[in-house]
Amino acid sequence: MTAVIDVHELTRRFGRFTAVDAISFDVKAGEVFGFLGANGAGKTTAIRMLIGLLTPTSGRASVAGFDVLTRAEDVRRRIGYMSQRFSLYQDLTVRENITLYGGIYGLSDAEIRGRGEALIEELELGHASLERVAALPLGWKQKLAFAVALLHRPAVVFLDEPTSGVDPITRRQFWEMIYAAAARGTTVFVTTHYLDEAEYCDRVSIMVDGRIGALGTPDELKRKYGDATLEEVFVRLARPAA
Amino acid sequence: MNTTALAAFMTKEVRHILRDRQTLTILLLLPLAMVVLFGYALRSDVNEVRLALVDPAPDYATAALRGRFAGNARFRIVATPETMAKLEPLFRRGDVDVAIVFEPGFAARLAEGTPARLLLVGDASDPNTGSTMQAYATAVIAGYQAELGSAGAGVQIVSRTRMRYNPTLESVNLFVPGLIALVLTLVSALMTAISLSREKERGTLEVLLVSPLRPWQIILGKVLPYLLLAFANVVTALLAAWVVFRVPFRGSLALLLVASMLYSMVSLALGVLVAAVTTSQRAAMIGALVGTMLPNELLSGMIFPISSMPDWLRPVTAVIPARWFIVIARGIMLKGVGLEYLWQAHLVLVLMLAVFLALAIRSFKPRLA
Repeated sequence: MTAVIDVHELTRRFGRFTAVDAISFDVKAGEVFGFLGANGAGKTTAIRMLIGLLTPTSGRASVAGFDVLTRAEDVRRRIGYMSQRFSLYQDLTVRENITLYGGIYGLSDAEIRGRGEALIEELELGHASLERVAALPLGWKQKLAFAVALLHRPAVVFLDEPTSGVDPITRRQFWEMIYAAAARGTTVFVTTHYLDEAEYCDRVSIMVDGRIGALGTPDELKRKYGDATLEEVFVRLARPAA
Repeated sequence: MNTTALAAFMTKEVRHILRDRQTLTILLLLPLAMVVLFGYALRSDVNEVRLALVDPAPDYATAALRGRFAGNARFRIVATPETMAKLEPLFRRGDVDVAIVFEPGFAARLAEGTPARLLLVGDASDPNTGSTMQAYATAVIAGYQAELGSAGAGVQIVSRTRMRYNPTLESVNLFVPGLIALVLTLVSALMTAISLSREKERGTLEVLLVSPLRPWQIILGKVLPYLLLAFANVVTALLAAWVVFRVPFRGSLALLLVASMLYSMVSLALGVLVAAVTTSQRAAMIGALVGTMLPNELLSGMIFPISSMPDWLRPVTAVIPARWFIVIARGIMLKGVGLEYLWQAHLVLVLMLAVFLALAIRSFKPRLA
């Protein structure tokens, strides 16, 4: 399996402050990769460099086979992104949002119609497809945002705290969607503050003070530090940062 | 592929505009409301000037002038004191706005060809109104002189003030070009700044920047629907000005529309810039108001003539886009001139557009942080 995300000595400084300090890791195709870390550990800075919103100070990274610095256009076409903040347009209907993002990613009208119908059916949103997104409950909005981020079938999808503020049942459904996407071959790069969710990931990395403090499968990490849960591992590693 | 992306983005933008009914209604009715309001209420014309005439030795010439003032709808002769001394209390009580004092032997001097003098006294406690009233009176006197002149008599010119292009001194004629600038600034700069900063605030802009859309496509998609709205506004303002106030239109309508769109694009680029440097909708709104509306309104000559500004302030007005647009609009509408006189003002606007647009696109480079 080739690496879909390949990060080598990636560094970002803001003035004298080093937010991300020479991190290296790779993520394989179809993997669900949990990117953990306390607030301020450098997670967001790292993601922003991977999706092309921030220029690295040094080091390199490639996503979906293209260098994020020199081939940003090619990267953008092949990734999906769901930001921490809700990213659909509230004053547009479900269908209009689908048409918009399909159009932005260059899908044909037929593709947009076909995939849009499938998506609405899968999310059981048929009754609400002509309603404005603002009228939907938060959980549905989040699921819809995720489905829309997958509409153009990206190689990698970046999810930045996708389940914050969502009820446990919706969170579970959300993770089922993540698994379904991974099963179809989409690599999922997800950040979360819920460590029970991190247990669902194939592999997790824990960032501490701009570096990767630990990386491996949840079981490997628990064994290595002799803890019963990832939460204990996380607290053990993150404490020096606090 | 790029065109479908742009089309999809623009469709969304049009939907935003159409869906916000209240804002849209206000924006569409705004030019109409502004033209009518400014035209009727805020005009600097003075409708009834209370006039006192001091005419110690009436003759045919002073009688003719009196007749002209009496027949002029703007003036009402309220007093005819015999001496200047009796004029003073009238002014003090505020019963009189303007007084005209003829010297004895007025007609005889006119006939001789020596300067016939009269004194024009105005209540200038409100300087603007005062000078406006004086100007009206001067215009009436000048009209009489012209009549005498055309009759062939060698009449000496007493006043050299001439009110060209706006002989009746209708301030609404001067206001309309400024109003168009104001409405365009509002729709273009303010609305784009708000709409773009809304995307920034809600996080949707981030998603757009991660998508294959390029910065220029995002800006173009944002701006084009507002340009259409701006076009509709110019047409409404011109129609309202013509239907309600019969404001003359002497030059090329096509050229004015082109100039309006040019000015609108300059404002749109400024709106994008404002949104780029601010972090919230509220800040963007204030930024657009203070950064574009206010200077365009105050320093463009729209309301306060540039010639009456202090020396150090006058050069500053050169960087105000509305200043150049107003030169163009007044030139086309009131003087009927074309590009041969207005190319410089157009050029300035084109240069401004190039600079602001480059800055706007630069400010949207996703990797700026």
